[in-house]
Amino acid sequence: MKKQAVGQSMDRVDGRLKVTGTARYFADHQPEGMLYAALVCSPVSSGRITAIDAAKALRAPGVADVVSHLNAPPVPGYKADNPNPKQGLKIFYDDRIYSNGQPVAIVVANTLERAVHAASLVKVTYAQEVHKTDMDENMGQAFQHKNMKDYLRGEADAWKKAPVHLEAEYNIPIEVHNPMELAGIIAHWETPDQLTVYAKTQGVKSVQQTLKTLFQLPESQITVHSRFVGGAFGMGLRIWPMEVATILAAKKIRKPVKLVITRKDMFTLVGYRPAARQRIGIGATTDGKLTGITHEAVANTSPYEDFTEAIVNMSRMMYACPNVNTRYQLVPLNLSTPVWMRGPGEATGAFALESAIDELAHQLKMDPLQLRILNHADTDPEKHLPYSSKYLKEAYEMGAAKIGWQQRSQTPGQLQENGWLVGYGMSSGVFSAGRGRATASATLKADGTLVIRSAAADIGPGTATAMVQIAADATGIDAKKIEFLLGESAYPEAPRQGGSSTVSTVGSAVNDVCRSLQQKLGEMASAGIPAFKGVKAENIQHEDGQLVAGNTRLDYAALLQLQQLPELTVTTTSQAGDERKHYAMYSFSVHFTKVHVHPATGVVRIKHIVSVADSGTVVNTKTARSQMIGGVVGGIGMALTEEALIDHRYGRYVNNNYADYHVPVNADTPPTDVLFINKKDPVINPMGAKGMGEIALIGFAAAVSNAVFNATGKRVRDLPITPDKLI
Amino acid sequence: MNQFSYVRPASQQAAIDALTKDKSARFIAGGTNLLDLMKNGVVAPEKLVDINRLPLKSITLNNNTLHIGALTLNSEVAAHTLVTTRHPLLSQALLAGASQQLRNMATTGGNMMQRTRCSYFYDITMPCNKRTPGSGCSAIGGINRMHAIFGASDQCIAVHPSDMCIALAALDATVLVAGPKGNRRIPFGEFHRLPGNTPDKDNNLGKGELITGIDIPASPFTQNIYYLKVRDRASYAFALVSVAAALDISNNTIRSARLAMGGVAHKPWRLHEAEKALIGKTPTIENFRIAATVATQSARTYKHNAFKVPMAQNSLVTALSKAAAV
Repeated sequence: MKKQAVGQSMDRVDGRLKVTGTARYFADHQPEGMLYAALVCSPVSSGRITAIDAAKALRAPGVADVVSHLNAPPVPGYKADNPNPKQGLKIFYDDRIYSNGQPVAIVVANTLERAVHAASLVKVTYAQEVHKTDMDENMGQAFQHKNMKDYLRGEADAWKKAPVHLEAEYNIPIEVHNPMELAGIIAHWETPDQLTVYAKTQGVKSVQQTLKTLFQLPESQITVHSRFVGGAFGMGLRIWPMEVATILAAKKIRKPVKLVITRKDMFTLVGYRPAARQRIGIGATTDGKLTGITHEAVANTSPYEDFTEAIVNMSRMMYACPNVNTRYQLVPLNLSTPVWMRGPGEATGAFALESAIDELAHQLKMDPLQLRILNHADTDPEKHLPYSSKYLKEAYEMGAAKIGWQQRSQTPGQLQENGWLVGYGMSSGVFSAGRGRATASATLKADGTLVIRSAAADIGPGTATAMVQIAADATGIDAKKIEFLLGESAYPEAPRQGGSSTVSTVGSAVNDVCRSLQQKLGEMASAGIPAFKGVKAENIQHEDGQLVAGNTRLDYAALLQLQQLPELTVTTTSQAGDERKHYAMYSFSVHFTKVHVHPATGVVRIKHIVSVADSGTVVNTKTARSQMIGGVVGGIGMALTEEALIDHRYGRYVNNNYADYHVPVNADTPPTDVLFINKKDPVINPMGAKGMGEIALIGFAAAVSNAVFNATGKRVRDLPITPDKLI
Repeated sequence: MNQFSYVRPASQQAAIDALTKDKSARFIAGGTNLLDLMKNGVVAPEKLVDINRLPLKSITLNNNTLHIGALTLNSEVAAHTLVTTRHPLLSQALLAGASQQLRNMATTGGNMMQRTRCSYFYDITMPCNKRTPGSGCSAIGGINRMHAIFGASDQCIAVHPSDMCIALAALDATVLVAGPKGNRRIPFGEFHRLPGNTPDKDNNLGKGELITGIDIPASPFTQNIYYLKVRDRASYAFALVSVAAALDISNNTIRSARLAMGGVAHKPWRLHEAEKALIGKTPTIENFRIAATVATQSARTYKHNAFKVPMAQNSLVTALSKAAAV
């Protein structure tokens, strides 16, 4: 038997395309006659548009049209009530302004430069109303979303009675995804009711469904292409108003239109991690057994849509604690709607919980690692179910050994290196290991190559590479002969790439379609090949891309040739069974950091990172390592550098560019050791692979803030930990 | 962006003429700042006068004075042996600025002409006296964490963004200028301006004047020097506070000192009083603390930047300690 492909450090199948610039991202496409769009966005944060004077723009060279609520084609799927929480911002629906930066018109011209210039000539007049963008000023507006009920296990606020307890508030600012690739779309109405779009999305089928609803067209008349995506981190999980605006402009002008938004508009048009104010109360016995956790969170949403995520959920299930209560509320602000950003709410919540655990350990004079082990949940305390797999204790041990945890001083501020204070910190992360429903087709060709198709996405983790490895093991066909195609709405249904579930969901479909293919080949051999005559299909073995019965072996390709078939396609849908009724399924991570803090200037430099993933089988150690490092870099940003600043007088972002919004750079990123438990989960899916994308980031910020505390004795509960907070 | 014309004069005189004739014309060299300003609509010149082909690219030593041509790239200056051996403070400061890619485009003269990075200056929807005189200063009542603690006015609290210029201020450089009225030399400390009532003016260049180079006099500051930049991320970020420190120490006594700070004022902020406080003193942390206290006596802070005073003091002590190796 040949070597297993799953578990190898295989190079990305599209690596060469990407590094040679051959991969075509959405904006690289150029339908014939394409025009270019630029947006006119509101400098007002609340109010109404009273007039749009586009005369000067329309007279500018090369301008095709200026489209706004005054002249946009109707969107048949818009519901009449406004705002409608199910529809979000209905672009060009009426004169209403909900947030600063909201697009009010789209200008289309025959070059980008002309469109941008003409956009600056559109004169929009507003009736300004009072806006609210300051979270702290508007906490009184907090409300509970109907789907986000209070949680109580045991006694509420039991931490207050504990012999050792504390209560603290943890704040995070708005963070913006800011992938390198800017958002946008190319919209092309090939006929008045046939729409093709090139999108930057995490789900081509999801875009297709949204457009189907909005434009009330059959699925067959909407084509979505999105083969390559230059980073998304959650911002591509839905279609955004400016994309609909572009589609409307293309419809009106009857030509393909391309929109690529500016970096500035990335802050206002494609979601963000909402700001959150969290309060944790936590209590334990004097020997460190948790007796109560209370976790309350308030996060912002937009005026027209309620965005919710799982901020307080980790507190319910991470530790064996008899009494837990949580509450989660929203404050509507005059900002655009947030969206999941890597790790999403769990990363926000983990900062609070894992900081509080560290604070409690300090109060107990206990090693925070020991406190976590002491309160390890052997079964899921929320669902009261056994875990499908959980190797968190091993992960703690591996990480502690690698970072040199024994060098940590329990008393803060004790260690120094070259005039810098030294601190060690750690945290845990957890994320639900999901498995959705997906369909894949497998086409075996008579030349022995295999093409698998599914409408999945790859926003960077290396989806196609992992799928090829899964298919190679499932079929025994050499990975070099297998191609996995994604990012086309015409392909079999797959969910969005989000929630760390692509390998589990689409990988299962790939595995299962390969099994179906083998079954079909077995049936063909049994029925039509003399050498297999009398052997039942289910008794034919499959080995290295061959059918095997006793001493008889036949290549799959040879079978097709004998049957005079140029190719054979099978399609299979795959989904979870009722495992979730019997098991709690989670991926776990552990993060350790060693930091330097300059005592005079407050500068924090992370010197070493160890992140351990308990995520089941690791399909590709190379891409998995890259994915973990990517999560860590996001975590560094959350911990130390990233904060979208709003001037509340205007409701407007003031650091909406790469120079002033500090995404970590290489110099911020120290050597990072990624360790994998790499043990198969026996329940979740055929590969035994749990997800990894979110746990790479979840908890990381607390590992940094805990290390900063260990270095300095200063507890920073407001991210990011910039030098001014340590002066 | 508005339409503009582009000319590439063959001589220095033609360049100066081109600028003098046209009210809104601008010189362009590396363009690393000007293009951003044009894209954001902060400036809209009708003519760009490209000076890149003028013979102003050189690093030479004349009678112990180091001359750097205005078009010499930041990366070239930072790496040149005459700079790393004679004025290593300048090299350190340059390498603390921007990114390698930007330093490969940015010129010495252009670096001096950088506009402030105040967010309100860049966003044309918000008032800014520097961009539109008389419209008001949004930073004073707004987000002013990055803003000035020295020498600001009620018209403008923006800071000068350059690292290179902080070192040049400390090194007593001279700016060489050619213009319609001939050549002149401007001491570095008099090149940039405080905002006062004319925050739209960053410097004292006259209309049509072209920076041709800088001269840096010989100095004893080759060993005990340090450029410290405190910033929000490890690279490619503007200074919260930066310090250029240079000491001449013999027999454990400070003979002379040069101190300048960045990120704290509308111009490179030279600390003459603190320098005086160091002369004749032994290089000790205690003496550095005294100098740091002297240095920050005139500080005035705003809602979000009060931290800059202790940060400035601590940074001065740190930079001096590094410079003196104590």
